[in-house]
Amino acid sequence: MADPAALLRDMVRIRCVEEELADLYRDEQEMRTPVHFSVGQEAAAVGVCAALREDDLVYTGHRSHAAYLAKGGDLPAMVAELYGKETGCARGRGGSVHLTDRAAGFAGSAAILGEMISVATGAAWALRRQGSRQVVVTFFGDGAAEEGVFHESLNFAAVHRAPVVYVCENNAYSISSPIAARQPADGSVTARARAFGITAERVDGNDVAAVHAAARRAVAACRAGQGPAFLELDTYRWREHVGPGHDTGVDRPREEVESWLERCPVRRAADALRPGAPDVEERLAAWDEEFRDETRLAVAAAKAAPFPAVDRLTDGAYGSPVHAS
Amino acid sequence: MGRTLTYWQAIAEATVQCMEADPAVVVVGQNVDDAKGSYGTTRAAYERFGAARVVDTPNSENAVAGICIGAADQGLRPLVVHTRADFMFLAMDALINLGSKWRYMYGDQGGVPVVMRGVVGRGWGQGATHSQSLHSVFGHFPGLYVAAPASPADAKGLLISALRADTPVVLMENRSLYATEGEVPEEPYTVPFGKGRVARPGADVTVVAASLMVHEALRAAELLAGQGVDVEVVDVRSVRPLDEDVICSSAARTGRVVIADTSWARYGFSAEVAAVIAEHVPHALRAPVRRVTPPDCPAPVSWPLEEAFHPGAQKIADACLELVGGDRSAVPALAGVDAGFIGPY
Ligand SMILES: Cc1ncc(C[n+]2csc(CCOP(=O)(O)OP(=O)(O)O)c2C)c(N)n1
Ligand SMILES: [Mg+2]
Repeated sequence: MADPAALLRDMVRIRCVEEELADLYRDEQEMRTPVHFSVGQEAAAVGVCAALREDDLVYTGHRSHAAYLAKGGDLPAMVAELYGKETGCARGRGGSVHLTDRAAGFAGSAAILGEMISVATGAAWALRRQGSRQVVVTFFGDGAAEEGVFHESLNFAAVHRAPVVYVCENNAYSISSPIAARQPADGSVTARARAFGITAERVDGNDVAAVHAAARRAVAACRAGQGPAFLELDTYRWREHVGPGHDTGVDRPREEVESWLERCPVRRAADALRPGAPDVEERLAAWDEEFRDETRLAVAAAKAAPFPAVDRLTDGAYGSPVHAS
Repeated sequence: MGRTLTYWQAIAEATVQCMEADPAVVVVGQNVDDAKGSYGTTRAAYERFGAARVVDTPNSENAVAGICIGAADQGLRPLVVHTRADFMFLAMDALINLGSKWRYMYGDQGGVPVVMRGVVGRGWGQGATHSQSLHSVFGHFPGLYVAAPASPADAKGLLISALRADTPVVLMENRSLYATEGEVPEEPYTVPFGKGRVARPGADVTVVAASLMVHEALRAAELLAGQGVDVEVVDVRSVRPLDEDVICSSAARTGRVVIADTSWARYGFSAEVAAVIAEHVPHALRAPVRRVTPPDCPAPVSWPLEEAFHPGAQKIADACLELVGGDRSAVPALAGVDAGFIGPY
């Protein structure tokens, strides 16, 4: 079981990184690539990734910053990627929606909905066949769970007992479209997973302790060869779908947004900690400073780093040249 | 001087007029009913006809394509909007393996009139999977009409043709075009598929293009006019059917051809146009055909790379000068097309 203070600290780190970056994104207009911020959804990534070993793997959809950081992805490399620099985790070629840090076990994020659900399934399938004990996790949204590939992948994983934990971060929206307009009221993503015979839990996704406990169960089952497993985590994004702004009162009702701000996952974890740790506020303040500094350093390094050389534009489309023999 | 509309307004107007004229027309797609309204193009239809005829869908492109084919089989005329053309890869099985073949495969007893609009992103690090131009991909398949209008007037006329057609239609819209303005007649009218136009007459070099590249070609022509080079710009408007006459007669007049495209050269639109010229007017060429296309790699995010990746007026002008033996250093440098674009979408 992870230390509750460590879970809180990891969430604060992601919160600070994201808020710093969002403000810079808006003010500077120098991170020229679409960015989907994870502010408000930190508990999902932190609670789940804290249940993983370093060599376990994570694949995600477009909203990937929180999972990247929670899995131990390199912060300066992520920031440099947003600035389009050669030092970026994808050498400036992929942007926010194509993060990767293979050394940390963050295999990759992808921009086309649902793609990584199947890719994670295949990775888990391969690992199991090779006798590995690694577990694969994939994060995706409620909207991605509407793609055909979601259902096809779960079916395959169930048949082949692939050690993959499907984590659906249900923030109740797909861009501006509320879930009620897209999925039947008496169904749920969890129920669909269960229909494939997959053990599935629906958990309060803003309660990091509950997320973590459920993730430990899911990961343990996968590791023991009883996979796949499924988690639906109810949560809410604080900012607009893509970009640093807010869509309150435009795409989402003000009262709804405000009610979710009150259910802040960071606040909630801090409140839970307070009885045993009366100094929690001081710790929060210190972390805040520490992580904002860390982010500013990463930003400074990214700005100082070179852009990719234009004459290297096509490098990497293929590996080493293939010569006809 | 007639009435001026932007490209997105022209699409919005055509949509509403078709929905008024034909109760079978429904707009279908992700977030088509929201405040942004697919770059404004579906907003007026939603305000006018509401959720019953402007239908927000789950994120299920594969099924939605088939659903719309079924709906078309039973009397509806779905207009499906994809906010990135790249998402249409998920729709391709139904559209290609069934929709495009329906009429023929079932013995010509009727087609399925589904219209799909796909938006092509460009600029602001849209990257590898949000900036692909798929007109050549769809143009490969018999049974589809595929058009990529460059002007507001053509965007309206081709959409109305599409919504009156009896065969599936794919329309490619480059996002950079939405804000462009042009004269657009108020009443409904059609622009036929397979009919190109000379967007600018000229005597020395022909540039063949579609969609955004027509504007880049016109900018290049403007630039070269100052150098004494007279560029003709052919806007094909449709890529299937392709207006071979407008291409070949221009090539025959100028004897020099540059083909400019937002998508890759290999097996693409530019290859097809070059083949048409080689087949029909090979002796008219006074110089080899030149293609101005992206290099052979996916679209990068980093903006200096992105700027180098997407071809524009500068590269078209260079290619024209090469063909007429002109001096490249005499041409001033041009800013990229998205220089004025402020993100993040
Ligand atoms: C195949 C495909 N269709 C549509 C999109 C456009 N799109 C990007 S993110 C998104 C919303 C997805 O919602 P959800 O999966 O719930 O994730 P969230 O953004 O809420 O985290 C949509 C529709 C896409 N990227 N890929
Ligand atoms: Mg969502």
